[in-house]
Amino acid sequence: MISLEIPRKHRDLVAQAHQVALTLLRPLSRRYDRAEHAYPVELDMLAAMVDGLAASGASEGAGAHGVRRDTDRDTDRSTVRNGPHMASVLSVVEMCWGDTALLLSMPRQGLGNSAIASVADAEQRERLAGSWAAMAITEPGIGSDSANLATTAVRDGDEYVLNGEKIYVTAGERADSVVVWATLDRSRGRAAIKSFVVPKGTPGMTVDRLEHKLGIRASDTAAISFSDCRIPAANLLGSPDIDDTQGFAGAMATFDNTRPLVAAMAVGCARASLDLTRELLADAGVVVDHDRPGRLQSAAAATFLRLEADWEGARLLMMEAAWLADNDRPNSLQASMAKAKAGRVGSDVTLGCVELAGSAGYGEDELLEKWARDSKILDIFEGTQQIQQLIVARRVLGLSSSELK
Amino acid sequence: MTTRHRYGVPRAERRTPLGHAMAAMGALARSDVLDRVGIRRGVERAVFTGTRSGFRTATAVSRGFARRGGADRAGTRARPVDPTRLFDLTPTEDQQQLLAVVTELAAELVRPAAAAADDACAAPAEVLAACDELGLSLLGVPEALGGIAEERSAVTGTLVAEALAHGDMGLAVAALAPGAVATALSLWGTDRQQQTYLAAFTGADVPVAALALTETGALFDALQPGTTAVRTDDGFRLDGVKSMVPRGCDAELFVVGASLDGRPALFLVESSQEGLGVRADPSMGLRAAGLSSLRLDGVAVGPDALLGDDGGAAYVECLRLSRLAWCALAVGTGQAVLDHVTPYVKERQAFGEPIAHRQAVAFMVADMAIEIEAMRLLTWRAASRASTGAGFAREVALARQLCADKGMRIGLDGVQLLGGHGFVKDHPVERWYRDLRAVALVEGGVLV
Repeated sequence: MISLEIPRKHRDLVAQAHQVALTLLRPLSRRYDRAEHAYPVELDMLAAMVDGLAASGASEGAGAHGVRRDTDRDTDRSTVRNGPHMASVLSVVEMCWGDTALLLSMPRQGLGNSAIASVADAEQRERLAGSWAAMAITEPGIGSDSANLATTAVRDGDEYVLNGEKIYVTAGERADSVVVWATLDRSRGRAAIKSFVVPKGTPGMTVDRLEHKLGIRASDTAAISFSDCRIPAANLLGSPDIDDTQGFAGAMATFDNTRPLVAAMAVGCARASLDLTRELLADAGVVVDHDRPGRLQSAAAATFLRLEADWEGARLLMMEAAWLADNDRPNSLQASMAKAKAGRVGSDVTLGCVELAGSAGYGEDELLEKWARDSKILDIFEGTQQIQQLIVARRVLGLSSSELK
Repeated sequence: MTTRHRYGVPRAERRTPLGHAMAAMGALARSDVLDRVGIRRGVERAVFTGTRSGFRTATAVSRGFARRGGADRAGTRARPVDPTRLFDLTPTEDQQQLLAVVTELAAELVRPAAAAADDACAAPAEVLAACDELGLSLLGVPEALGGIAEERSAVTGTLVAEALAHGDMGLAVAALAPGAVATALSLWGTDRQQQTYLAAFTGADVPVAALALTETGALFDALQPGTTAVRTDDGFRLDGVKSMVPRGCDAELFVVGASLDGRPALFLVESSQEGLGVRADPSMGLRAAGLSSLRLDGVAVGPDALLGDDGGAAYVECLRLSRLAWCALAVGTGQAVLDHVTPYVKERQAFGEPIAHRQAVAFMVADMAIEIEAMRLLTWRAASRASTGAGFAREVALARQLCADKGMRIGLDGVQLLGGHGFVKDHPVERWYRDLRAVALVEGGVLV
């Protein structure tokens, strides 16, 4: 039966996450935006609380680990369910309504944790439980075309030896480990790309620098180099075989699970802007009338209505992608649709709200200008707008990557 | 109402002496003097054929709906749907079965008839008969009143409108127009109104009927209709002009929006009533729907012509449910555009390969797909809330905003992707482009 409301079972979780965002994250937003690279110590206690909620089951499986596809689920597949994917996107929305950068800095909730949850085997999941994992894909010479990455992993006995340079590693300095994408054989293309867990402090791994950024400044973004960095062979996530038929699919499967999360970040960040701007407009005497089309209202109201409609589209696409994942249905197309729509809507909304609010939006007394800076990255990382369009176009048109380049 | 042909010229425009000379030349060019003296030299005769006829005073003959039922008893209502605890995008089994039939009808009967119906500014009888036979007019009518709705049907109506519009938006409007009136009677009618009118809809010969809410004029505000209703000793007197009324020239029964004591209200008006005039009002698109203007010139209706309350509540809900139906039509039409351009861009060759292999083309297709899905989800959410009796004013406003903006964009890009082929009538995209323009501005006509 068609219904697009927040599932009943997730309403408490959403309310809880909203309170966390309101009372714990917002008061830190401006402080850590200014103090770039300072570790937000307050997050340790919050992370402990999040872990506690997860252990008690109160978080309904939400979080970086919630993106695991539960393939051995024995429940009746003919019944619809709302599960951890839905719980995760809904709680990320609320947390990013609080602060996107601080969510990205939450210990043990890194994208590396999502990758581990998606592709690691049972032994690895157990061994890595409770650790905070960052994700390292991008290199100085490659961005969106991650199949061409240059970082190599060479088997040597019971170890792999990693060499290469990674940039834009979110939480790369703070995390306990980094999930590194590297190739076993550059001549074998996508199929040879595997992910490796490199614990912090492993000899040969160096954090070279932290980036100074436009937004999400509370989140550290590291450049890390690997020079004859040796890790146990058991730290390769998934299968070590180079399977040309399976190709890139394994590694890319992570994205089906993480892209809705990034869409959720944009949805949450943009809602913060909408909520505040709605109030600022009301203070200025403009209240949107939902029973009248925009052209019969003030230009500000019409603009707001358009932003709100686009935002709602992004939010529902995000929920659709999570719903499909929870029901073990393919969602690559919908995950990319959600990411593409939410990424651009995040920018449209946050920038539009700065414009609507005037200098109050532009100044640092409010957070509107910060959200307009934070949102930009959400249309870039985990696949840019253009990469999402490429994925959607290939799927809709039924074209291969060699046909539609 | 007199119509002065302005040719789209703003009043502030003035002819210069050169302009006057050109006007004279134009008049000469139209005159047969040129032919008589043999100097036309191949200049085409410019003929303006006015397709707009004047208002006919006689509207379609009404069957004469006999008054039945008690005057003051509340009507029978479909019960609201019990809300689910889940987020779910799966239609019910009943909905899936109905959709399968409507989808087939849209593909096999509606789509093939669409181009000719657009030309003729009328829907072919066999398409309308097939839709009536399927019971599309009864989707919103409770079982107890002879309809097929076990409970509130906004979701079912939305899914049907979407599927039918995939065949053709104009024909979908024509087919769904009587159902709008039947649904309105089911939602807000008194027992007497339902007994009097709904029996005809449940019979074999479904009356043509239309929900008339739009009026002309820039910035027309549907919440403040210019059409007025004044209380009289025997009921109400209605004055005003409604536009974009589907199948208005054939309709036997109208639901008309009018201001009563400064608040908007709905009135039942039979076509045989004195003072009613109708004229065809062919427009940019939706031509198969037979759009018409309806003139009410001191139309006297009885005290039980008021449909719903006089405080504006029924009217506002009607407006929202109508906009919802238009959203569904936009989604179906948008999907039709996407489904048409997809094979085209894969087949059409330029520079030695299909144009779909170019990102500039492929990304337009991707954006279409993304926005159609967003439009669909917003529309479904509003429909689902309407069905369960939850508030849906905001949801329908957002759906309409997105469907109006992105729907038009999809129509525009659809033509663009086909290039010159999109501009000519060999392909249906130019029709969808014209149809999709209506979504942002039309009120009434359809209802879920």
